[in-house]
Amino acid sequence: MSNDGSQSGAGGRDRDPKDVELSARLQRLEKRLGEARDTGKDRTISSSARGSDPSAMGKAFRLSTEFIAGIIAGAGLGWGLDNVAGSRPWGMIVMTMLGFGAGIWNVMRASGFLRPPDRPGGDAGPGN
Amino acid sequence: MADPIHQFELKTIASLGKIGGSEIAFTNSSLYMLGAVGLITLFMLWGTSSRAMVPGRIQSMVELCYEFVADTVRSSAGKEGMMFFPFVFSLFMFILVLNLAGMLPYGFTVTSHIIITAAMALLVIGTVVVYGVMKHGMHFFDLFVPKGVHPAMLAILVPIEVISFLSRPISLSVRLFANMLAGHIALKIFAGFIVSLLAAGAWGILSPLPLALTVALTALEMLVAVLQAYVFATLTSIYLHDALHPGH
Repeated sequence: MSNDGSQSGAGGRDRDPKDVELSARLQRLEKRLGEARDTGKDRTISSSARGSDPSAMGKAFRLSTEFIAGIIAGAGLGWGLDNVAGSRPWGMIVMTMLGFGAGIWNVMRASGFLRPPDRPGGDAGPGN
Repeated sequence: MADPIHQFELKTIASLGKIGGSEIAFTNSSLYMLGAVGLITLFMLWGTSSRAMVPGRIQSMVELCYEFVADTVRSSAGKEGMMFFPFVFSLFMFILVLNLAGMLPYGFTVTSHIIITAAMALLVIGTVVVYGVMKHGMHFFDLFVPKGVHPAMLAILVPIEVISFLSRPISLSVRLFANMLAGHIALKIFAGFIVSLLAAGAWGILSPLPLALTVALTALEMLVAVLQAYVFATLTSIYLHDALHPGH
C-alpha cells in the first residue's frame, strides 16, 4: 500500500506519457459518466409512484400503510381542532372523512394509478 | 412457548438521572444505536482510507453503498437533491445496519420501536418543511393547492392535500416499524413451534415443517431489512423533491 502511494507521488512531478494518456482517458470517462447521469436524471425523475418495492408483499404493506396513515392523520387533526375550537364531535367526524379521502388519494398516488396532473411535464420546466 | 414479544423489551443498562420525573436511561436500544453508528463510521473510514484506484474489498463495498444511495437520491430528488445526499445516506446506513443487527441471534431490533422510526420520519418531514419554507417562502404551500382545479373544489381538495401531507410521517414510520415488528414476531412464533413440537412426543416428527418455514422466513426477513432501508431512503428523496420543487 505505502509503496503504491510513493510511486504515484513521484509520478506527479515528472509524468511519463503513460500517465498523461491515463489521465486523458480518465477525463473522457468522467465526461461520459456525467452525460449518462444527466440522461438518467431526465428519464427517471420522481413521481410519487416511484417507491417501487419489488415484492408484492412489500407493495401491499406500503399501500395499506398509506391508506391507514391518511385516516389516522385526518382523525388526529380533527381531534386537535376539536380540542382547540371546542367543537367536540364535528371536527373529528369531518376530518376523519376527509382523512379517508386523503388515504385513498395516497394509495392512488403510491400505486401510480393516478399521475398527479402536472407532474410529468412540470418537472422538465424552468426548475431544471 | 417462548414469549414472542420478549425480544423487544427495553432494558436499562445505566441510569443517567431524571428529568421531570421520567428516567433518562441508557438502554440496550441506545447501546445498539451507538454500536451501529460506530460500526458505520469504522466501515466508512476503513473503506475510504486507502482510496485506491482499483478498490479493494472494503472500498468496493463502500463505493457500492455510495453509488446505490446516490442513484436513489439523484433519480428521486433530482440533481439539486444531491445536497441532501449526506442526510439520506446517514439515514439509509443507520436503518440498514440496525435492521440487520436485529437479524443476529439474541439481537435487539431498534427499528421495531415506533418511537425511533417516528423520530426519523419527523426529522425528514421537518427538513422538508423547514427547507421548503426557507427556499420558497409562502410558495412552499402551493404544494397543497392542486393546479387546474375548479376553485369550488379547492375547499375539499386543500384539506385532503394537507391531511395527505401530514400522513406522510405516519406512513413512513409505521411502515418501517410494522415490517420489522411483524417479521420478528412471525419468526419467533414459528421458531417456537419447533420447540413445542419436539417437546410433544410423537408430534416431533412434524418439527421439520416449521423449521423449513423459519429458514425461509429468515431469508425473507433479510430481504425486508434491506428493502425497508431502501424504501425509507427513496421516500425521503421523493419528499425532499417536494421541498425543492413545491409547485407541482
